Amino acid sequence: MQLKANDIGFRYENGPWLFRGVNLCIEPGEVVGIAGPSGRGKTTLCRILSSYETPLEGSVTFNDAPLPDKGYHPVQMVLQHPEKAVNSRWKMHSILNEGYHPDEELLEILGIEQEWLTRWPHELSGGELQRFCVARALGPNTRFLIADEMTTMLDAITQAQIWQAVMEIAQKREMGIIVVTHEAKLMQRLCDRVIEL
Amino acid sequence: MNTMPKKFPLNHKQWALAKIILAALLLALVIIGGLFLDEGRIVTNLTDRNSPPSLEHLFGTDWLGRDMFTRTIMGLTLSIGVGLIGALGSASIAMFLGMAAATMGKRADRLISWCIDLFLSVPHLVTLILIAFTLGGGFKGIVIGLTLTHWPSLARVIRAEVMQIRSADYVQVSRRMGKSRWWIALHHIVPHVIPQFLVGFMLLFPHVILHEAAVTFIGLGLSPHEPAIGIILSESMKYLSSGMWWLAFFPGLCLLIIVRMFDQIGENIRLLTSSDSNRD
Repeated sequence: MQLKANDIGFRYENGPWLFRGVNLCIEPGEVVGIAGPSGRGKTTLCRILSSYETPLEGSVTFNDAPLPDKGYHPVQMVLQHPEKAVNSRWKMHSILNEGYHPDEELLEILGIEQEWLTRWPHELSGGELQRFCVARALGPNTRFLIADEMTTMLDAITQAQIWQAVMEIAQKREMGIIVVTHEAKLMQRLCDRVIEL
Repeated sequence: MNTMPKKFPLNHKQWALAKIILAALLLALVIIGGLFLDEGRIVTNLTDRNSPPSLEHLFGTDWLGRDMFTRTIMGLTLSIGVGLIGALGSASIAMFLGMAAATMGKRADRLISWCIDLFLSVPHLVTLILIAFTLGGGFKGIVIGLTLTHWPSLARVIRAEVMQIRSADYVQVSRRMGKSRWWIALHHIVPHVIPQFLVGFMLLFPHVILHEAAVTFIGLGLSPHEPAIGIILSESMKYLSSGMWWLAFFPGLCLLIIVRMFDQIGENIRLLTSSDSNRD
């Protein structure tokens, strides 16, 4: 059940190599941080690991097999901007139930209130939206969760609340997590090990 | 702060809706009028020729004694019918090609973009006349001509819209949720394109009606015995110099009003459906 990156390299169009020969191996239940200054390709690496982009060199394997092309993806990513990650013409309950049907318990842990479900996305704040995006990504078939600056735009209390919920669920399900954040304290607190890019 | 007492306590969305309903009612009235007006009023009646507008003949009568009000309303109904078919056909072609260009890969996109550019580089009217002439004029010729010539600009708008949505974050998230391309097109892309389609359709209408009138005016459209607006206008041109101004004035004015009505409906639908004004 490992998620492995073997010698991957990537660049946009004909630009310079963003990175080359990156190796990474994550076990289930492990929390790994990716650190590095802005513009080093942290987000791109995350996008490659969750199949949003295909690497130009090397490969990403899950369980020693290539990542599936169809069906529910075992590696889910939560993006930095929740407003862009939801369809503005859908109500919240459709957004929440797009991949699977989250149970009441999960909603409660994440602090999602029932009355939010009947609203439009623009009637909720960024923090509230991000809770939905997290819930949506935590399907029963999610083996690895990639949190790319997941809580950067939230206040400290909401941040702590969301992370606590995610860590709790991850521990229960033996789910691996990749954390990208600029906050050293948060990184230190959450991660078993940190990779410098 | 606005301290003026508001006369009409409606917000701009309610106003838009009110305008749409009003315009739609007027159009419905014209159509119903056209369908139920007595055909007997437009038969030749040589005892009552060339009479100016009066209470009995609101728009006057022509050189054959036909009541111009009845002819105008019937002509408008016919024009709206032609416009409806033409605009619906054009908008459907635009929707299909726009979606296809944006979702079926680079080659399809290049081909369709080329077609759009080709059609846009020639004035509508020229292609329309060519097609209508080739098909031998008449109702069929003009409807097919209108359908085949009015789609390019709307197709371009829809293509751009779909391309933008296709690369949106939530579409990519949806892919990772295991949703198929078709599912995404149907559930994510179509709801965003429907308003463009509706507005585009309503705004095509006036175009189509005016072009229909224009082609009929030069004699390539509907046959002369039908009470189409274009025919009424082209016939009355001959009698303008003899002082019978009402023959061209009222039908022309009515055409203008109808076209404005459709324009209003389209504009207000756009106002109602734009998602950034959802907030009030």
